[in-house]
Amino acid sequence: MQLRPDKPWTPLTAEAVARLPGQLGVYQIADADGAVVHINYAGGRSRFGLRSALEDELAARPAGHRFRVEINMQYMTRYQELLMLHQADTGSLPRDNAANPPPRLGRLSPR
Amino acid sequence: MDFDPSDEQQMLIDNVRRFVREEILPLEAKLDPDASELDPKDHARLVEKTKAMGLYGIDIPHEFGGPDIDIVTRTLLAIEMAQHRAGLYAPCYGTFGGAGLAQLFEANEDQKERYLFPTLRGEKKAFFGLTEPSGGSDPARAIRTRAERKDNGWVINGSKIFISGADRAQYGIVFARTDASKGRGGITCFIVDHDTPGFHVRRVVHTLRSSSYATELEFKDCWVSDHQVLGEVNKGFAVANDRLTRQRIPYAAGCIGVAIAAHEMAIEWSKMRETFGARLSDRQAIQWMLVDNELDIRTARLFTLQAAEKARRGVPFRTEAAIAKLTASEGGWRVVDRSMQIHGGMGMTKDLPLERWYREMRIRRVGEGPSEVQRMLIAREVLGTSVR
Ligand SMILES: Cc1cc2nc3c(=O)[nH]c(=O)nc-3n(C[C@H](O)[C@H](O)[C@H](O)COP(=O)(O)OP(=O)(O)OC[C@H]3O[C@@H](n4cnc5c(N)ncnc54)[C@H](O)[C@@H]3O)c2cc1C
Repeated sequence: MQLRPDKPWTPLTAEAVARLPGQLGVYQIADADGAVVHINYAGGRSRFGLRSALEDELAARPAGHRFRVEINMQYMTRYQELLMLHQADTGSLPRDNAANPPPRLGRLSPR
Repeated sequence: MDFDPSDEQQMLIDNVRRFVREEILPLEAKLDPDASELDPKDHARLVEKTKAMGLYGIDIPHEFGGPDIDIVTRTLLAIEMAQHRAGLYAPCYGTFGGAGLAQLFEANEDQKERYLFPTLRGEKKAFFGLTEPSGGSDPARAIRTRAERKDNGWVINGSKIFISGADRAQYGIVFARTDASKGRGGITCFIVDHDTPGFHVRRVVHTLRSSSYATELEFKDCWVSDHQVLGEVNKGFAVANDRLTRQRIPYAAGCIGVAIAAHEMAIEWSKMRETFGARLSDRQAIQWMLVDNELDIRTARLFTLQAAEKARRGVPFRTEAAIAKLTASEGGWRVVDRSMQIHGGMGMTKDLPLERWYREMRIRRVGEGPSEVQRMLIAREVLGTSVR
């Protein structure tokens, strides 16, 4: 597992989301300019794991967004790690996470 | 010795049991199965309740403002508090308050003002930094992080691994070698603030405990003043050891609580589930699993309460704490494993808490001194070489 996700972005479309697996994991959403706007996870209560989580994202967002996923049973700690990495790299949380931040996020200073 | 709770203890147990069933379980049912935190509003509301129960700050010694509860009663309550999905590592989601690090009760007055009291008030959080990549079972020999004298202070260089909560803490207790020529007599304990230049939380370490992570730390020319030495120079190992021994009792109690919860689920399920024309509970194979659960739980409970009772009386309890930690972590894990087996496929799902307990309970055989180290401590007593 790469510390920082480096998979290519996929357009957030119904066809792409339908191909997603039902497994648990984390995902990132980027806007049309490539800026990461949301980091989230598909957890143990999701209906169809990453697929249903991304279906919800698709329904809530205008066209033009992109996504990438990582299947990960340790979705909760990986989610927190991705948020901390984003904060360490850019100085702030992704826009949508900043609007609803997790209660207690730590601080990392990655190499 | 009779460990049946007194009337007063039973009343407290009933109160905490009700709290877990009526307050924690309904909220937990709505959280992600790997969650370890409540919504802040729920947390604040429940803290008010534990304060009203007179049990907030349960681990804070009475002289520092905590409730007047002896360690045996505390152990009985810890068994109750762990009986929910997140209960092993986040009993009641911290709504009974934390005590911070036990070593700080040994701090000097200035350190108590700067660290202990803010921690007791819930304003500061701390981490415990002992384990290094070179090993955690035998820290007296393994610690390579060194601190060298400079400008009325010390320069720390080295790294730590598996340190829980360091990224969220305002400070931590860090063990470093200050005299390379001595083994356990060459280690000093330092209090390091999170914002000290040269202190870095380098990465998250993901483990089976996927609800919360550990971290890896780096110290790079990290200068701390003499005021940050906790206890005496070169006497840090005793500070670590004392804490580890004490910590083994609540650690064991948490394992027992989870084992009881898993066992109760298994009993209930075995009475409902029918296969081949009869209930599982009618099958001897299943009955024996339940009996083995019962034996593991009772054994661990007796040994843990015995250790607590010795600690309460102020007599040496290192061997008893080791026996408690060993029986509770190994027995508790077996109980969860058997309970999963009795549940069949359902036992493996995230619908039930068993799979989380299974993963987290596995860590308990390594954390706070692995089983082999506990056996070593007990062997010393058995062979008459224990240094108390
Ligand atoms: C989730 C998690 C959280 C943790 N949080 C913290 C924390 O907050 N702070 C902290 O300081 N540490 C923490 N630890 C570290 C933990 O205390 C160590 O992992 C533990 O002490 C074992 O050290 P080690 O991993 O280096 O194993 P080692 O010391 O390398 O030992 C490896 C194995 O060999 C066995 N062994 C060692 N010596 C002997 C012997 N003489 N005979 C037979 N067998 C032997 C051990 O029991 C172990 O099973 C955490 C660990 C985990 C997994």
